[in-house]
Amino acid sequence: MRRALLIASPYLWLLALFLVPFAIVLKISLSDIALARPPYMPQWHPGDGLVALGEFLGSLDFENFVFLTQDDLYWKAYLSSLRIALISTALTLLVGYPIAYGMARAAPEWRPTLLMLVILPFWTSFLIRVYSWMGILSTEGVLNQFLTGLGLISEPLQVLNTNTAVYIGIVYTYLPFMILPIYSALEKLDDALLEAAEDLGCNRTEAFWLVTFPLSRTGIVAGCFLVFIPSLGEFVIPSLLGGSDTLMIGKILWEEFFSNRDWPVASAVAVILLLILIVPIVLFQRSEEKAREAAK
Amino acid sequence: MVNETRFAPWDDPEARPLIQFRGVTKRFGDFTAIDDLTLDIYPREFFALLGPSGCGKTTMMRMLAGFEEPTAGEILLDGRDIAHVPPNRRPVNMMFQSYALFPHLSVWDNIAFGLRRESRDKAAIEARVEEMLRLTRLTKFARRKPHQISGGQRQRVALARSLAKAPKLLLLDEPLGALDRKLREETQFELMDIQEKTGTTFVIVTHDQEEAMTVASRVAVMDEGRIVQVATPEVIYEAPNSVYVADFIGDVNLLRGTARARPAETAPEDQPQETQQAAPDAMPEQVPATKPGDRRYQPNALGMRLHNTLARVFGAWIEDEPKRLPAPEPAAAPKPKAAPAPAPAPDIPPGGIEIDWAQGQPAVIAANGEPALDGKPVVLALRPEKVSIAKDRPVAPNVLGGKVIDIGYLGNISTYHVQLSDGSMVKAQATNTRRIARRDITWEDEVWISFSATAGVVLAE
Amino acid sequence: MRRFSWFNATSLTLGFAFLYLPMIILVVYSFNDSRLVTVWAGFSTKWYGELVRNEEFLDAAWVTVRVAFFSSCLATVLGTMAAYVLVRAGRFRGRTLFSGMIYAPLVMPEVITGLSLLLLFIGIGLDRGVFTVVLAHTTFAMCYVSVVVSSRLTTFDTALEEAALDLGASQFDSFRLVTLPIIAPAVISGWLLAFTLSLDDLVIASFTTGPGATTLPIKVFSAVRLGVSPEINALSTIMIGIVTVGVIIASLISKRAAVAQARDEQAAPRTT
Repeated sequence: MRRALLIASPYLWLLALFLVPFAIVLKISLSDIALARPPYMPQWHPGDGLVALGEFLGSLDFENFVFLTQDDLYWKAYLSSLRIALISTALTLLVGYPIAYGMARAAPEWRPTLLMLVILPFWTSFLIRVYSWMGILSTEGVLNQFLTGLGLISEPLQVLNTNTAVYIGIVYTYLPFMILPIYSALEKLDDALLEAAEDLGCNRTEAFWLVTFPLSRTGIVAGCFLVFIPSLGEFVIPSLLGGSDTLMIGKILWEEFFSNRDWPVASAVAVILLLILIVPIVLFQRSEEKAREAAK
Repeated sequence: MVNETRFAPWDDPEARPLIQFRGVTKRFGDFTAIDDLTLDIYPREFFALLGPSGCGKTTMMRMLAGFEEPTAGEILLDGRDIAHVPPNRRPVNMMFQSYALFPHLSVWDNIAFGLRRESRDKAAIEARVEEMLRLTRLTKFARRKPHQISGGQRQRVALARSLAKAPKLLLLDEPLGALDRKLREETQFELMDIQEKTGTTFVIVTHDQEEAMTVASRVAVMDEGRIVQVATPEVIYEAPNSVYVADFIGDVNLLRGTARARPAETAPEDQPQETQQAAPDAMPEQVPATKPGDRRYQPNALGMRLHNTLARVFGAWIEDEPKRLPAPEPAAAPKPKAAPAPAPAPDIPPGGIEIDWAQGQPAVIAANGEPALDGKPVVLALRPEKVSIAKDRPVAPNVLGGKVIDIGYLGNISTYHVQLSDGSMVKAQATNTRRIARRDITWEDEVWISFSATAGVVLAE
Repeated sequence: MRRFSWFNATSLTLGFAFLYLPMIILVVYSFNDSRLVTVWAGFSTKWYGELVRNEEFLDAAWVTVRVAFFSSCLATVLGTMAAYVLVRAGRFRGRTLFSGMIYAPLVMPEVITGLSLLLLFIGIGLDRGVFTVVLAHTTFAMCYVSVVVSSRLTTFDTALEEAALDLGASQFDSFRLVTLPIIAPAVISGWLLAFTLSLDDLVIASFTTGPGATTLPIKVFSAVRLGVSPEINALSTIMIGIVTVGVIIASLISKRAAVAQARDEQAAPRTT
């Protein structure tokens, strides 16, 4: 009896507040606009011609999805999200690996402090961390003042409201997610393995590429997925740091919903985003299982 | 180590050592790990560095491998100073204690690793790897990864990998520590076999004296950065040069007392010592019972990873281990009763010394003792297997009475813990030639222990 | 360390500079006298004054703290139950679905979670406000709590619970007296995580909130959308300060715990 109650409470909660809502999204994505629009929400028609609402809705179920394939905007937004997520993941790896490596090679008594320093930003508001770059990257911002002050540039650089700013924002905010798994892989690395490599004739560089790097691969893979998956659906970073030409699907969904009030299309956008995400999630799951098998 | 022609280059003044330590000192900050050490190791030797942890044996090995540089002194290999040559430039390879097998490479690739560093000749590498695989009987496992083979096989991979480059010197750091007892014994002989086949000089570091005695041509017993004694296993066992060595190697009774020179009717020259090559067996190690494979719930990968990433945040200040209660103190052993007075010994060989070791006890005669020790405090080191035990008083140079307190049954032999009348304990061993029910000595028995006048080694305190 | 080189020192220095400089700049400019955030016009604390007088921000902060408190408490209870079910309840109908529902919200983009909850609330005609935000935050935070707690539970020695049962405790007592005290650190971790996530959340709150329940992140977001503002700098500085103090206190506690534990271990008799 108690067991049933124990199971039922979290189970029912998640059913009601996770699964059912998602089923509603799925249903609305397949419905037409008249059914899905609640009467107390007045329709807001966009004037920018992004969507020609009346034409495609009101008939068949998959029309929202058909629409998504027909309208350039969505295709481009998905592709551009993927590209931005991929590039920023690669950049995060480039920035994060040396930090993780330096941490793992630091004296053991320093490591907890370094670890805390990496984790501390995670506790401060995500929004604030993104916002902090606005003051740095703007045309009159700290970066431009610094560079003009040095005489390196005469004209201020336009960084804010470009994709570059989005890359910086993603690298900055997700850096701990990259550093931590790589660090824990490197920390586990037995020094004897490097000594063995040297003993067998490697110099330091060879030992790094033949031993350290391949053995930190699980950490690299995990870190990349942990950065890639959330940055794909990112909303805050593109909307604060990106420009009007920065297309990211999280931002499109937000605008579709709040600005265009087109719920069926927003729902369809969400469903497709989720389908795209399933691939990396499953891949990640596999690689983690493999790593766990290997660790046995 | 049975060779028809005796292998003893250390006795040959013509022999050129392969390795020479000359006044080597190694300090880590204030701590002196190796203290002005001089030592020669000869080609084809199987040389053991033996000592408790922290005695400096590992530091010596790491200096040979090139992972540590001596603070002072030189280390010569074939007459060339290698003290400051990096590890990847030395004809020296090492078998690591943890084996340090590269987990991402197959057995084959592990063995080929060192060969690939120096040569691009694929065919030659292949041939050499195959040869090593055959030597270590690993051909079947060449494609496996290190985690897919057993501990004994891993040990052989490590050996094959370090031998593949045909080093002049192979270092073995506690090579058998991770193996269970039975496998360890088998592997010891395998190691000796391979050493003989390849003709490589082996230096082994170990804290296991039995292992050192079994495999080594010579053993160096170390203590606190110094070498206490370097000699063949027989000499180390039968003629230790100090109480430390006697106590460290094997089981020993130490009788402390004062020496008194005895009149020498005949010259107390070195008497042939009965060579008994029987390292006392220790109690079999207890293998920890593995938990039954209870299937536990495991969080899925992404969740686990997220947890590990996020919960690190808390991990820093939250102790995760359950609190443990201290183990209960073992009950104190009951105090044994006083033993009866012994009867005097009849037969007295000439020369040597007598040792007065306890009030009201007959002096112990050590005919091999140095009379010059007269009046000095000495220790008689007496191996238990050289002490006989009997219910009836035997006729022997040294006979002491006592009571059996404890019997350690080891199968082939039994060790009797006999308490003498002054309360001291002496261990005596007897071979179990009879079945257990027929053995006549049991707990609380009044017994006589006896040993010859040359059974012990007299050591200055 | 033998292998600690200049390369490592440089990469650590640059790396941590990258992590911390933006926040340091933010803090510095919060004391700028000028409204033009990028021009330094002398030291001033006037933006802190403005912030304290700004009723909207204060209201939003109060809403946020209330939401975070209620949702994190609820999430901790539900998440701990979920963890216990996952690790200990054995097989039951729908177990796979259950564990799927626990992990999915962790990787679900916030926009989707927010959208789906909003559609649910509209569908059942629930008036949106503090209550709906609490429901939403509880749902995704409980998943984090259950991951934290379940990973502690998996390493928990079941023999301890069995010992309690053996000594006569009821199932519930053995949980209350043995399991809970041992997993307490993980439960507290989970609560803190849930609290922070709720404080921090912008997207889900934006979807599920209603009139009169504007949380601080929503307020901040709508302010900074228009550009950098000195009040927000001041607000950020306060939040960074709170977090820093909190983490320092936590690390001091942990250090003391570690020292105490080391001492206890030394005092305990060695059994080898």
